[in-house]
Amino acid sequence: MKPRIGVYICHCGLNIANTVDVEQVREFARALPNIAIARNYTYMCSDPGQALITNDIRDLGLTHVVVASCSPRMHEPTFRATIHKAGLNPYVLEMANIREQCSWVHSDRTLATLKAMDLIASAVAKVAWLVPLQEREVKVTQSALVIGGGVAGLTAALDIANAGFQVCLVEKQPYLGGRIAQLDTTFPTRERVADLIAPLVREVTTHHNIHVITNADVEKVDGFIGNFRATIRARPTFVNAMKCDACAKCVDVCPVNLPDDFDANLTTRRAIYRAPDARFVIDARACTFVQDRVCRSDPRCVMVCDRNAIDFAQADQSIEVNIGAIIVATGAGTFDATKKPEFGFGAYPNVITSLQFERLAARQELQPVKDVVFVSCVGSRDATTGNTYCSRVCCMVNAKQARRIKEQFPGARVTVLYADVRAFGKGHEEFYDAVRQTGVRYRRGYVSEIFKRDRKMIVRAEDTLIQKPVEVQADLVVLGIGMTPRAETDEIANILGLPRSGDGFLLEIHPKLRPVETAVEGVYLAGACQGPKDIVDTIAQARAAASSALAPLCRGQVKIESATARVDEEVCAGCGLCVATCPYGAPALNARTGKARVNQVLCKGCGGCEAACPSKAIQVMQCTPRQVLSQIAVLV
Amino acid sequence: MLDTQILVEQYGLTACIQCGKCTGGCPISPKSTLNPRALVYEILRGEEFELVSRGELWDCTTCATCGLRCPKGAKAVDLIIALRAQWIESGKIPATLRAPLTATLNQGNPLVLPREDRSLWADGLGVKNVAAGAGLAMFTCCENAYDPRVQAMPRALVNVLRAANQDFGTLGLDEQCCGSEVRRIGEAGLFEYLRDDNLGKFRAARVTKIITTSPHCFNVFKNEYGKHEIPIEHYTQTLAQLIADGALKFLKKIDATITYQDPCFLGKQNGIYDEPRAILKAIPGAKFVEMDRARERSACCEGGGGRMWLEGSNPKVRIANDRIAQALETGANVLATACPFCFLTLSDAVIATGNEEKIKVMDVLQIAQAAV
Repeated sequence: MKPRIGVYICHCGLNIANTVDVEQVREFARALPNIAIARNYTYMCSDPGQALITNDIRDLGLTHVVVASCSPRMHEPTFRATIHKAGLNPYVLEMANIREQCSWVHSDRTLATLKAMDLIASAVAKVAWLVPLQEREVKVTQSALVIGGGVAGLTAALDIANAGFQVCLVEKQPYLGGRIAQLDTTFPTRERVADLIAPLVREVTTHHNIHVITNADVEKVDGFIGNFRATIRARPTFVNAMKCDACAKCVDVCPVNLPDDFDANLTTRRAIYRAPDARFVIDARACTFVQDRVCRSDPRCVMVCDRNAIDFAQADQSIEVNIGAIIVATGAGTFDATKKPEFGFGAYPNVITSLQFERLAARQELQPVKDVVFVSCVGSRDATTGNTYCSRVCCMVNAKQARRIKEQFPGARVTVLYADVRAFGKGHEEFYDAVRQTGVRYRRGYVSEIFKRDRKMIVRAEDTLIQKPVEVQADLVVLGIGMTPRAETDEIANILGLPRSGDGFLLEIHPKLRPVETAVEGVYLAGACQGPKDIVDTIAQARAAASSALAPLCRGQVKIESATARVDEEVCAGCGLCVATCPYGAPALNARTGKARVNQVLCKGCGGCEAACPSKAIQVMQCTPRQVLSQIAVLV
Repeated sequence: MLDTQILVEQYGLTACIQCGKCTGGCPISPKSTLNPRALVYEILRGEEFELVSRGELWDCTTCATCGLRCPKGAKAVDLIIALRAQWIESGKIPATLRAPLTATLNQGNPLVLPREDRSLWADGLGVKNVAAGAGLAMFTCCENAYDPRVQAMPRALVNVLRAANQDFGTLGLDEQCCGSEVRRIGEAGLFEYLRDDNLGKFRAARVTKIITTSPHCFNVFKNEYGKHEIPIEHYTQTLAQLIADGALKFLKKIDATITYQDPCFLGKQNGIYDEPRAILKAIPGAKFVEMDRARERSACCEGGGGRMWLEGSNPKVRIANDRIAQALETGANVLATACPFCFLTLSDAVIATGNEEKIKVMDVLQIAQAAV
């Protein structure tokens, strides 16, 4: 049967019609082979526009449809549904992109019109060869993997678990809580963080739907939305929690002393130590016995333990889990203040970071002070560090900590030196007002440098409001450090195939419309791994990620790609190049026949194998050699 | 009237968020009305800007701290140089600059001394001309070549390089001003002439590498001569490498406590902090101590940016005097530096503060020579 093709040219308001002579294009299209009808219309995606297509399919008996409009990323699903409604298979549609690839990028109307004609002629040449394909669905493994046990991961895990699905929660550290476990209080409400996090952790660890694996890394993830398989490596703590009675004798005899990263390196700890969740663990990287089977104390920890709780025979465990959705909640790092040498961090013990301040406050170890200076934007909004973004929390952290000083040491002179104060969150501006009323002095100027004169620390800046350089004496300087992408972001991005934005954080698909989804279907982002965030925004995003992940889990089925690769076994020589080329592991050589076969569930239709196949035995539906060559034939 | 729009585009001024980081860290801001942040704002506003009432523009030492620390990549120092250039172009050249600039054109040096006397510093040393095939050229700063107070440095470099068995030469009478200060004064045309002429002379003499005595010559060759093929080193880099390779050995003890002034053009502007310290720490018997303000937090001596020929708007206050006090705080009796300008300003400050008995300013080269 001869194909009867309809061509529909969209004006996109003036987006296309301003640059492309749509009427001339219509006349051109009308004269192409096998064309039953060619129309143009202001907005083809509108209801009346779509009605033009459905009516023509019915009245004129169209077999194939070409829509010349925007990118298929924008409206291919729309028009597939349109022709399906009128009884055609959704896959006998071809889009000609005359907006992004023509009208938007050209200014010469004559040439743009000619190009639009070429694009449409090529689409018409291809569409005649398109064959109907079946839409397919596969069953979903109704459980989720949450990577990261901070406030984002904990919240997301709880939401999914409370909806009745199993959750596997993997945390790198030996304890749950993440970054906020280090903090003293929140802003602007100044609640004790411990009061927030402890019930959350308890709820997660006791939830019957949540399986927590701490001290563990996600090593590998295969599969696709609805059907992922993750390999998790759980590292041993070398302490049997069932036997340990937390007497801490082991800690006293451990010869290894190292900076305690939980305390932001303010204190030291031993290789065996009491983790923040009060359980005793051995830090495998620090323990010389784990590393090299040598210990200066022989290892004494084993000898002094009355309950035989220490077990160096414990080994790594590899755990495989099948899940339908993945939430990445790996959090953010903190800016390394030594990268701003003018602030003297590392040179002066009384120059500390805001995170160190939190630890001192939480440990009730703030020392009496007379003159305190807070420095804003340390490592944020700063091209010299490469971190050009605003870290969004530091202004309020500065304000909260300044208030804490005023409260604890009312006589202290507290100065915040700032470039801008950003108090954009709910209750933030009011909090900023309240802090100023406690007598905290805000002076506008980004600190230039810190040095000593006559043994006193001098903070130098320009007070830009009085337009003069000023020197503020300080016995404590707190650097409001920003957030950075975690060092491990590369690792997790590679494992999951996630793109990153220019700032190094993980990238959402669309900043406004799809803020928790990633380029990988079924993988969602929560919290500061996607960009600097406070606790409020982190929890909101975690719950959004959980709700997005719940959609495929609840439905139980997901649609998969129909335009997949097929092997003509008659032609296949069994060379295996397709197997080596495929990033999704879809093709495999059949043991019996020696020929390649493509797993239709794993195949994404990318076409890599088709290009690699030397005997042209593989075709990707909707990109077959005949379809592509017919396009090329009209173009050259 | 000044075309401010060109300046805005050329120096990335729209990036400025008026945070004041530049002015707060400006070494001369305690003694001058020069305010880089306010200057950027004025140019950004594009309103009438009257150049001649802005004598403070000549206070800038071009230490470049403002631009290096700017969180938005705006280059206030380059704006100041551009404004000076407009000033020079208008013909109203500050009186003390006229003779040095003319002499640089005619005699190849700003000290207003004859071109023929350029090599007098090397009398009796028998240094060969690099054109004879040495390849490695030692480049002497005009200050080192002509000013008797700092002629000892190139002589010391000759002796130290010889002790390390290096084959090297000089450009002889073909050597002339590098143009670093000329460019910073705003005499862009003269700078371009010197750049092209010097590059031509280096190539004609088949120079394969240049070692400079001054961080200013080093910086201009390395960063402002455009793309060229000749590797440039400041002598501290050369010596530190020779020590690391075992080619240069210090045998004589020096009983001194030494601290070190980072020249802005070597440290802040080019990140060379470790090499001079490595040399000083290799001196037998000497104790090396750091000032509080060191490396990225070091303080300017006030000698750069043409300030050797300009008193500035507030000559009563010398920031080098503070530096002497800071050096004394460390307990050092030697204040080392690696720049002829730093050497001169700091030496003057030792005398001005009456500390000749307590501390002596020395170039790293003089210390190295004494230890060989």
